[in-house]
Amino acid sequence: MPGSLSKDAITIILVTAILIWVMPLMIGTYTLTVLIVYGMLGLSLGLIWGFGGILCFGQAAFFGLGAYTYAVAAINIGESTVPMILAVIVPAAFAALLGAMMFYGRLNDVYLGVITLVVTLILFKFINSTAGPQYLIGNARLGGFNGIPGFQTLNVPGRPDDYIWGDSYFYVCAVLLGLVFFLVSALLRSSFGRIAVGIRENETRMSLLGYDVRARKTVLFAAGAAIAGLAGALFANWAEIVTPSLFSLGQSAEIIIWCIVGGLGTRLGPVLGAAGLAYLKFLLGQQSLVDNTLITGLILVLFVLFLPKGVVPALAGLWKVSFGRRPLGRIHQQRRMRNRGRVNG
Amino acid sequence: MVETVLETHGLTMRFGGVVASDNVDFKLRARELRCLIGPNGAGKSTFFKCVTGLQTPTEGEVYMRGVETTHWMPHQIASLGVGIKTQTPNVMDSLSVFENIWLAARRFHDPKDANRKTQEIIERLALGSIARDDLGRLAHGERQRVELGLVAVGDPWLVLLDEPAAGMSAEDVERMTEIIHELNKTAAIIIVEHDMQFIRSIAQVVTVFHQGKVLMEDHVDRVMSDPTVRNVYLGKKV
Ligand SMILES: Nc1ncnc2c1ncn2[C@@H]1O[C@H](COP(=O)(O)OP(=O)(O)O)[C@@H](O)[C@H]1O
Ligand SMILES: [Mg+2]
Repeated sequence: MPGSLSKDAITIILVTAILIWVMPLMIGTYTLTVLIVYGMLGLSLGLIWGFGGILCFGQAAFFGLGAYTYAVAAINIGESTVPMILAVIVPAAFAALLGAMMFYGRLNDVYLGVITLVVTLILFKFINSTAGPQYLIGNARLGGFNGIPGFQTLNVPGRPDDYIWGDSYFYVCAVLLGLVFFLVSALLRSSFGRIAVGIRENETRMSLLGYDVRARKTVLFAAGAAIAGLAGALFANWAEIVTPSLFSLGQSAEIIIWCIVGGLGTRLGPVLGAAGLAYLKFLLGQQSLVDNTLITGLILVLFVLFLPKGVVPALAGLWKVSFGRRPLGRIHQQRRMRNRGRVNG
Repeated sequence: MVETVLETHGLTMRFGGVVASDNVDFKLRARELRCLIGPNGAGKSTFFKCVTGLQTPTEGEVYMRGVETTHWMPHQIASLGVGIKTQTPNVMDSLSVFENIWLAARRFHDPKDANRKTQEIIERLALGSIARDDLGRLAHGERQRVELGLVAVGDPWLVLLDEPAAGMSAEDVERMTEIIHELNKTAAIIIVEHDMQFIRSIAQVVTVFHQGKVLMEDHVDRVMSDPTVRNVYLGKKV
């Protein structure tokens, strides 16, 4: 990545501030809040898939786990600070365990996809089947397909009666997204992040250089789950109810589509893809002329065909061509000609 | 007595019915330069893969500097200070030359030293003009050179090169030869190669593989003039 981390920080602060100011002029803060949450969820997969090469079909599982952890803990504890922290830790720990099993078991990418998918399915089925009164965690009934309503929502830390809601909640979510975005930037600039990208590019080479690919992928996978868990907790606070649909395969598929449309291998792409497509879905939800999923599917197909790298890389490319330094000197051009058609082994 | 850096006992690798590596006893001393030759399918690459942990041998043992490493993972073996270039190019194509070499350097150095080491290698291998280019865009010879840079930057004491000169121009091969000699000042090196010209120019002791077995091991001149070797391998080439 060009630039430096302090530049990143300044950019992120400025952009976040401007968006917090401008966006509510166009879209209601209640809707914006959930777009932010989805943006964070998109970022969580964008990190592990776009930079770590780990295609997870079950990112929704960590999202749902975060939401449920928050709800259950909030009912039991009654103050939101610890539940928020647990909502990050529990999905991360679960992912670390699952990741370790998959990566140390030397599963290849296809099986990784299948397993994450199956785990999501199992969680979905399980939570769905917990309607009976015997499914209790402390004071919290899991509630099956009805979900868990009526838990303590976010409060000012230490002051359980001081709820953060409405516009304030929107600000909190926006700032948290900015913060997570900064942390992801820092991670990607660190040696760990650069090594993760190396692993994405060529696992064999990186292990021949002496890197323990399994351990590093496990850690990255858990980091992604932590972010997804935080998004889940924020979602729970927004919706004031958690239901099994959070774990659904449809949700997982959507996250993947957000990343593809927004642009893999960028930080911003998955956030924009998520917010953009979720907003589109929201708009489409207000009419009944065309089916929602049909449009989402159509968009995916169009992108795969015509803009396979996604919006953000395409825009960045356009920017470079129009305003950037001349990217290729003569020598490079010649070299490119020479290499045209050569197969990269 | 010179230290033995690599030793295998009865190394055997079977793929179903195929015995790719058959009871290989091999010994390499510190700072030795050894060439492995043999016809296609003789089991040279398989031998490499078993030694480096990319494959687990069916039978036999591998020792490095006296430590048994038979069931180790590739990253554990590499971490000992073993540099490996596989037969097929293994580089990070969408990353720059600098980033590729930096990732290799970072394994053994903190970030600041890694930057310095990377610069050093880039200068030593004359990669300065293309340091910011993505590897995917480079010519074959340049990529091979970068991959050698990945190996060299870790200051290995054992280097395994599987067909490093394959598909390179004479000029590239010459440069490669220089780099190998430089590496050889501190590291023992095994080179698998097909290019006889290259072997003649660089080899001292040569080990000949045939059908997974070691057919012969001797000085390059005697190997080249041996009738059996000529028969199985050099037949049409000499
Ligand atoms: N993964 C594998 N599965 C099955 N057979 C293999 C595999 N790898 C190598 N072989 C077989 O082992 C033999 C030796 O191959 P290899 O070590 O690549 O030879 P060389 O490098 O000397 O050309 C060949 O007959 C090859 O077909
Ligand atoms: Mg081979």
